[in-house]
Amino acid sequence: MNDFLNQLELVGDWLTSSQQWRGDDGIPHRLAEHLTYSGISLVFATLIGLTFGLLVGHTGRGAFAVASVANLARAIPTFGLVVLVVTLAGLSTTPVLVALVALAVPPILINTFEGVRGVDPDTRDAARGMGMTGWEVLLKVEVPMALPLILLGLRVAAIQVVATATVAAYPGLGGLGRFIVDGLARNNYELVIGGSAVVVMLALVVQAVFTALRRVVVSPGLRPSATKS
Amino acid sequence: MRDGEPLIRWDWIGDHIGELADYTGVHLRLGLLPVLFGLIISIPLGMLCHRWRWVYPPTLTAANVLYSIPSLALFMIFVRYTGLTERTVMIPLTLYTLSVLIPNVVDGLASVPEPVRQAATAMGFSTVRRVVQVELPIAVPVVVAGVRVAAVSSISLVAVGQLIGQGGLGYYITRGLQLDFPTPIITATVLIMLLALVTDALLVLAQRLLTPWARGKGATA
Repeated sequence: MNDFLNQLELVGDWLTSSQQWRGDDGIPHRLAEHLTYSGISLVFATLIGLTFGLLVGHTGRGAFAVASVANLARAIPTFGLVVLVVTLAGLSTTPVLVALVALAVPPILINTFEGVRGVDPDTRDAARGMGMTGWEVLLKVEVPMALPLILLGLRVAAIQVVATATVAAYPGLGGLGRFIVDGLARNNYELVIGGSAVVVMLALVVQAVFTALRRVVVSPGLRPSATKS
Repeated sequence: MRDGEPLIRWDWIGDHIGELADYTGVHLRLGLLPVLFGLIISIPLGMLCHRWRWVYPPTLTAANVLYSIPSLALFMIFVRYTGLTERTVMIPLTLYTLSVLIPNVVDGLASVPEPVRQAATAMGFSTVRRVVQVELPIAVPVVVAGVRVAAVSSISLVAVGQLIGQGGLGYYITRGLQLDFPTPIITATVLIMLLALVTDALLVLAQRLLTPWARGKGATA
């Protein structure tokens, strides 16, 4: 226990020393790299996941395909994929982005699909009966009602991406994982723990952002059912 | 990759078949035992959370925080305490499964219809007997949905354990990177995917056999 407290102190010193906050090896630069990778891959994954999730959920066609593709993507080992693309295509940010998109699509896709599918058929019929077109039903009824689930999927994807973007450092692509990999190589424990502490804080921020977002964008009428997270 | 070399050298795979099989076995053990341990922890914890609702949010938050620690880092934290052993991979992976398993156990128990619960009580079942014989079996499809997600992600995360020398098939991934030779990386990555998918399919099968009454209503995660 004492050992553990000593480590915490070391990490605290590491996090607060001014040396860590400057230059190309500093926390801000690594954080920026990390956020760039995570952000770009989340945007792509959201485009893919939302488009197909909404399409399949709305039309009801291709449900089996969506489930299989999402399952297949979930089985891809991110670590293997990053290293593989680096070996085949050389060192660039592409491998990281490919692997992270593959990681983030399944939760977004599945939750969007399930959310839209789960809308009460009576509600859908009522919207139809009121003369709404297919697009209106999708945008004014299905999406708002599926929003809690869609946001949950996005949150899971975002947290996974932020935590996993650390593997980018292994083949030498920077990001916050750099601290962990370097610390491992140099047997420098505070570097490892310090680096992961920053990642964990980032993940907590992501979690908080989505909690706030849910409060803002989910219709008040859906709140009671939206309490499940 | 060196120029002029084929993408996959089948002779390499042929030469290493026995070794690959050994590492596959290790990989499967490292990936699946944590799910088993995770279940052993999650079922009582999930029952607790179901019984006392206020326990649930803090438990879930704690599991989610654990889940957001990068696997790379979590392995390193445990190296300090358990050394460069298989335990150092299995403990973090066990902790990861909790964030999927606990909510599914709780949701599974919540999916038991109230009349069924009352019927069991009315037939004179004690609370323990009702939970074990009625509620848990009804919760199985939802719990298995969580187990599937946990197993698939656990199997693909084992490879990261290679950074502390305990990654099962991940061995070939780092090996291939060091030698700038794609065959072992492709072979290992494909094998890991296959392991994950076969495990997933077997779990679906197991769920169908375990809960014949729930056929056709299997929940997706």
